[in-house]
Amino acid sequence: MELVINGDKVEVPNSVETIAHLLHHFELQQKVVIVEWNAKILEKGLHQETKLCNGDKVELVHFVGGG
Amino acid sequence: MLKIGSYEFTSRLLLGTGKYPDFDIQKEAVAVSGTEILTFSVRRMNIFEPSLPNFLEKLDLKKYILLPNTAGAKTAIEAVRIAKLAKASGLCDMVKVEVIGCQKTLLPDPIETLKASEELVKEGFIVLPYTSDDVLLAKRLEEVGCHAIMPGASPIGSGQGIINPLNLSFIIEQTNLPVIIDAGIGTPSDAAIAMELGADGVLLNTAVSGANDPVKMALAMKLAIEAGRLGFEAGRIPKKRYATASSPSERMSFS
Repeated sequence: MELVINGDKVEVPNSVETIAHLLHHFELQQKVVIVEWNAKILEKGLHQETKLCNGDKVELVHFVGGG
Repeated sequence: MLKIGSYEFTSRLLLGTGKYPDFDIQKEAVAVSGTEILTFSVRRMNIFEPSLPNFLEKLDLKKYILLPNTAGAKTAIEAVRIAKLAKASGLCDMVKVEVIGCQKTLLPDPIETLKASEELVKEGFIVLPYTSDDVLLAKRLEEVGCHAIMPGASPIGSGQGIINPLNLSFIIEQTNLPVIIDAGIGTPSDAAIAMELGADGVLLNTAVSGANDPVKMALAMKLAIEAGRLGFEAGRIPKKRYATASSPSERMSFS
C-alpha cells in the first residue's frame, strides 16, 4: 500500500491496516507523536480504529525545541 | 503567584527550548532556571530515524506545563491547525499564538493573530498571543477572551532588550490580563527592567540558549526576574533632579 506521509510517497506492507499499525511499523508507538489523517487530527483513542487506504495522506508531527 | 487561565505558577520565567548546544546543558539550564512553563514548536517527524532523541523525552513532564507555539504559521488558519495538532498530543491545553507577518523582522501579523486567538478561545484553549507592543491590539485580544498578552520587547532573537518601555507599560496598565514580555530580551538587566515595569512574567529563549554558559545565564535570568518583581512590588522612589542627603544634617560634631 502506498501512503503519503509528511508529504512523501511511502510504501508500507499490507499488514499495516490502521494508524496504530503504522506507528508500530515505524517504531513510533512509544513516542509522543500526533497524527493527522486525511486532514483530520486524530486523538490518540482513534489510532486503533482508524483504517488506512491506499493513497491516504498522513502527517506525523511531534514537539521540537522552540521559543 | 502568576495566574494564567486555570493555572498558577510560582516562577515568572517562561523558557524556550530551541537552539541549545546539547540536551545535557539544556536540561541543567531548565532545572536551574526554576521555570514551570516550557515552550515548544510542532514539526514533522523524521519517521525513518525514530531513534533520534527528543528533548521532551528527557523531561519529567509532571513538573512542567508545555506551551506549544504556532511558529511557522503565516495565517490564522495555519495557527489554529498547529494549535489543534499540539492539543491532540493530550499533553497540553495552552498555546502561544505566533503568526509571523514579516520574515525579516519576525514581527507578528496583528490581524491574523487576533483571528487565530479568537478562534482558539472558542475551541477551549488557554490562549497566550505573541503580539506587537500595541495597547489597542492588547485590548482587542483581551476582549476576545485571551488569557495573557505577550508583547515583544524587540525582534525575536535580536537581544536588543526593551526598546519601548512606554508602550509596554501602557499594555501593563490598561489590560487586566497577565502581561508576559516575550522576545528580544538579551541580558538579565533587560528581564529585570521588564519586571520593574510591572510585567507579570518574561518569556525568553535565545538569551539563555545562545549564551556562552547557558546554565549560568538561566540562573542569572531567574534571579533578575525575581529581583525585578520584588522591586516592582516594593515600589521605587520618585526621581528627583537634585540630591537629598541620606545622613542627618543636624547635630554635627563641629561648630
